[in-house]
Amino acid sequence: MIAGFPDAQPIAGLIGGLMIGLAAAIMLLGLGRIAGVSGLAARAIGLSASGPPHGVAIAFTVGLPVGAVLVALLSDGIPATFPAPGLLIVAGLIVGFGTRLGSGCTSGHGVCGLSRLSRRSIVATALFMGSGFATVALMRLTGMI
Amino acid sequence: MMRIIIALLSGALFGGGLAISGMADPMRVRAFLDLFGAWDPTLAFVMGGAMIPMALAWMVQRRVGRPFADRAFALPDTRAIDGKLTLGAIVFGIGWGIGGLCPGPAIASLALSPAAAAPFVLAMLGGMAIHHFTIKS
Repeated sequence: MIAGFPDAQPIAGLIGGLMIGLAAAIMLLGLGRIAGVSGLAARAIGLSASGPPHGVAIAFTVGLPVGAVLVALLSDGIPATFPAPGLLIVAGLIVGFGTRLGSGCTSGHGVCGLSRLSRRSIVATALFMGSGFATVALMRLTGMI
Repeated sequence: MMRIIIALLSGALFGGGLAISGMADPMRVRAFLDLFGAWDPTLAFVMGGAMIPMALAWMVQRRVGRPFADRAFALPDTRAIDGKLTLGAIVFGIGWGIGGLCPGPAIASLALSPAAAAPFVLAMLGGMAIHHFTIKS
């Protein structure tokens, strides 16, 4: 617990982050690939001309819910609160289009690109974080949340 | 077969990490982006934690000739900071702020909260398809 931020989960966040980084390291050193979820998911369903063999992309993508459900079974469940379905559909469309146009998301640009000190990824991460901050601020200003 | 197992293991470890870290909860992610609300810094710890193994992995990558289970590294070599990168990142951030979900947690959530995650994931795949069929790479 951090003073002033009663809801923060720094230890769980750090442990989960280490697992995510290790997963990305296995992808890099094992298969020579970036563990970028948007690119691999697009590749898995045939919406990307480049990337690893389809089997690899499908296996990684399927692994995500498998790992999550294993953790949920071993713990007391994973709490999650979702926005309304209408918002989710709008957000999903925007996220799908934007991540492909920008060649990456939080995993590819954020985790893999930042740690590589890639200038493209540093710019992309700064921009999607900045526009995320601005979007939520606007939602608060307009009373949506 | 070896490559498939490695990819599955990596994906599962990634998905497990997302679940443990609280990043499978859209409201927690959105709270990180909510600077004028009850700000939740957890996401920064997740990113910081993920940097440690990956920074080491990049150091190893520069010293080895090829990955463990494939012939060569296949890594992005684009250097240009162009309109697609910047506009795409800004657009992605808008959707991330609205939904509190990015692709990894959304797909991982298919197993945790299928009814809530499925509309997002289907719409996301739709957005990817729109990109695929409208924008020349």
